[in-house]
Amino acid sequence: MQNIKVTVDGTTYQKEVEPRTLLVHFLRDDLGRVGTVIGCDTSNCGACTVLVDGVSMKSCSMLAVQADGSEITTIQGVSDGNEWHPVQSAFKECHGLQCGYCTPGMVISAIDLLNENPHPTEAEIREGLEGNLCRCTGYHNIVKSVQLAAELMEGATR
Amino acid sequence: MTDVVDTGTALGRPIKRKEDARLLHGQTNWTDNIRLPGTLHMAILRSPLAHAKITNLDVSGALAMPNVVAAFGAAELGELNSSVPCVWPVTDDMVAPDFPALVKDTVHHVGDCVAVVLATDAVSAADALEGISVDYEPLQAVVNMESAIRAGSTLVHEDKGTNTCYVYHLGGGYDEKVKEADVVVKRRFINQRLIPAFMEPRSVIAAPMGMSNEITMWSATQIPHILRLLIALVTGIPENNLRVIAPDVGGGFGGKLQLYREEILVAQLARKLGRPVKWTETRSENMVATHHGRDHIQDIEIAAKSDGTLVGLKVDLKANMGAYLQIITPGIPLLGMFMYPGIYKMEAYDFTCTGVFTNTTPTDAYRGAGRPEATYAIERIIDELAAELGMEPMELRRKNWIKHEEFPYTTIAGLTYDSGNYEAATARALELFDYDGLRAEQKRRRDSGNRVQLGIGISTFTEMCGLAPSRTLGALKYVAGGWEHCTVRVLPTGKVEVITGTSPHGQGHETAWSQIASSILGVPVEDIEVVHSDTGRAPYGMDTYGSRSLAVGGQAIKAASDRVVEKAKIIAAHQLECSPADLEYINGVFHVKGDPEKAQPLGAVAFEAFTAHNLPDGVEPTLSAEATIDPQDFSYPHGTHLAAMEVDTETGKVKLRKYVCVDDVGVQVNPMIVEGQVHGGVAQGIAQALYEGANYDEDGQPQNANLSTYLLPSAADLPSFITDTTCTPSTTNPLGTKGVGEAGAIASTPAIVNGIVDAIRHLGVNDVLMPATPMTVWKAIQAAQGGK
Repeated sequence: MQNIKVTVDGTTYQKEVEPRTLLVHFLRDDLGRVGTVIGCDTSNCGACTVLVDGVSMKSCSMLAVQADGSEITTIQGVSDGNEWHPVQSAFKECHGLQCGYCTPGMVISAIDLLNENPHPTEAEIREGLEGNLCRCTGYHNIVKSVQLAAELMEGATR
Repeated sequence: MTDVVDTGTALGRPIKRKEDARLLHGQTNWTDNIRLPGTLHMAILRSPLAHAKITNLDVSGALAMPNVVAAFGAAELGELNSSVPCVWPVTDDMVAPDFPALVKDTVHHVGDCVAVVLATDAVSAADALEGISVDYEPLQAVVNMESAIRAGSTLVHEDKGTNTCYVYHLGGGYDEKVKEADVVVKRRFINQRLIPAFMEPRSVIAAPMGMSNEITMWSATQIPHILRLLIALVTGIPENNLRVIAPDVGGGFGGKLQLYREEILVAQLARKLGRPVKWTETRSENMVATHHGRDHIQDIEIAAKSDGTLVGLKVDLKANMGAYLQIITPGIPLLGMFMYPGIYKMEAYDFTCTGVFTNTTPTDAYRGAGRPEATYAIERIIDELAAELGMEPMELRRKNWIKHEEFPYTTIAGLTYDSGNYEAATARALELFDYDGLRAEQKRRRDSGNRVQLGIGISTFTEMCGLAPSRTLGALKYVAGGWEHCTVRVLPTGKVEVITGTSPHGQGHETAWSQIASSILGVPVEDIEVVHSDTGRAPYGMDTYGSRSLAVGGQAIKAASDRVVEKAKIIAAHQLECSPADLEYINGVFHVKGDPEKAQPLGAVAFEAFTAHNLPDGVEPTLSAEATIDPQDFSYPHGTHLAAMEVDTETGKVKLRKYVCVDDVGVQVNPMIVEGQVHGGVAQGIAQALYEGANYDEDGQPQNANLSTYLLPSAADLPSFITDTTCTPSTTNPLGTKGVGEAGAIASTPAIVNGIVDAIRHLGVNDVLMPATPMTVWKAIQAAQGGK
């Protein structure tokens, strides 16, 4: 067992973990942060994507011990529930989700994408979200959501 | 009276979804999120071989591993090892092998359940599988359907003496009628095996709840009501002690329309061990243990006059059942059986389907369930016939489709299509697509010998939705009905509960059902709560599949809401001291005609009904009503889908350049949700055409059973779509709705493949296999050009 200290959605946790524990299992099973979900076991689906020190990361492709000292933002910490993040608002506005299972990862990846490229083209959005699979929407409205989010975020910073 | 919104305006508006707030904030209740004290986690030892005898199974080693509480093989499980039943015995002599939760002595496919371990945490349970000792004596695997039904084949189930599950016939007279034809075209199409691959893996937890004798089961299922009944029947848990809840469910596409053996195991072991038992599948388990879809070999023959008039259609189908029959495995091809004639008039139709067992994962419903296969075959062969006749493919369709003035129309397959307007949907699609412009470009590219050729793919489809009239299901030997239930309760505070028997997993029922009730009750959408997917709170229902929820369940909401208003009117009339006939109901308020001062809102009526201090004689307290609706017939959405496909003739690389679809789903409750359903369906159909296909080698080993190798398309693999709708209301239900869940997936696959073939037909190609990867397309071109 190894002792790690991780800040998740604003709360700092100090925990003993097995060295083999994946970050996503640590979040879900040790911390009860079950908003982040698991969709595969090959790091393909991206449902478990979180921000680690501000950068998107599939939390199944990282060990909890590697997150020692990091600040992690999950879908549960993107906004406080009253204030919506523009990406969350845009996904609702554009019907960018159906069953919602890929949504935590999709929203986090979209936030990271827009942080890096505030004015992406449709092609850049599609390439940028390539690591997040959705089975419901056909991506059409996800692309529209990200486009709207870009506009909302520009409006907010103007 | 000021500022009132007209009653009825909630219907047909693209209202943003109620579901989204919790889904977008991670405040979700997926089954795997449920954590109960004392839970035992189950892990399953699955067969690594497709076909083998188990010569030794010893689970005792697992018991010595840390945190392990119990381990079971079939012997240890004994009487609790219930079997999965098939509830659709399609013929009297159908062969149904035993399908126990844990195999007894032979494994029949990779992923078959051999033994289970229960430990206090999931990781320990998975680790402890290493402690189970098992010896296999490999047997020859049966993988290919055609060899499976040849005499002398190895048998998947030796005790059954055959690999043929059933042979089903419909129709007749084709062989006589074909003599009148000038042209006959035959093709063999392969509708490859697909994996539903919903994003939320299956998960189930069952717990004795300590209240009375109740066992509560949460499952990531589409069918909590049917599941409750089936679990009760197979495990002996009294139905009235069993509560099944489908909490937030992350997609299904038919893959969660099932009673899975893992659900049986969890229920039985929770009862036996007296504590919660939980199991969540890994994705790699999902790909071999969750039922698959499609996998049909389709030998199709179409006959026509030289002017293009269709004479008849003959379909000879081989349908892969897999190793066992899941609940409706054998019925899936029969849902397609009715749809092979598509939207066309013809004089003869012969259908034969042979269900075949192989050592592969069982098949069952996957988005469209039989109808995509049928639509693929008819829309592909119509294009082939057009090429043979030298006719424009849309012209051939126009010549033969049912004209809008001919509805209702009874097809050669025996269904009566209630309504439709193929002309209108097609005209709009051609316009949006710039059909003539693209045909001109196609000709230019062809004339100039451009390396990249352009093809136009057409799919003018219809489907049957709204499963279903119970009598029809009975006639097809399905053991249940197809009704749907709703209870509408107006609470003393004026808030409304719409208690539905449908069970959404992404379709937005909470929003759409609120809209239906709001339009009748005049209560704001925000004040309506849709209660669903819990047999404790919504006791009656037939759940969600087959594009039935609105077409059937929506009618129950309408009927129950109407009845609530009827009862409320009687109470309001009593309160306002007038006759019910003197009242009009506008925007949630009863008004006395001609006396606008005298009025009573629905909430006040509900409070009166609650106190019951002053009700008219003979009127029972509380304001609620229920309705159970059994539709008189199916509904038939249709549409015209067009795809512009670019094919690089040197590499075989295919590009979907433009996709236009115009769907007629009848009256729409929420157009935003309708459009989303079309997008998702179209994407899944395109995925069948271009990307997906579950493959086995000759030993029955899956070749791509994980998300690294089974290609679910990403955003980068698909374009945006151009969608529109026309509206021909259904006449089989009072809302005029049809159903949209499966439309896109049914329509798009043939549009894509027709487009590819159209692009390279001049090179001698008249079919490409799915998925149409660059290699497959390149090979088709090479073969047609005489190379190999």
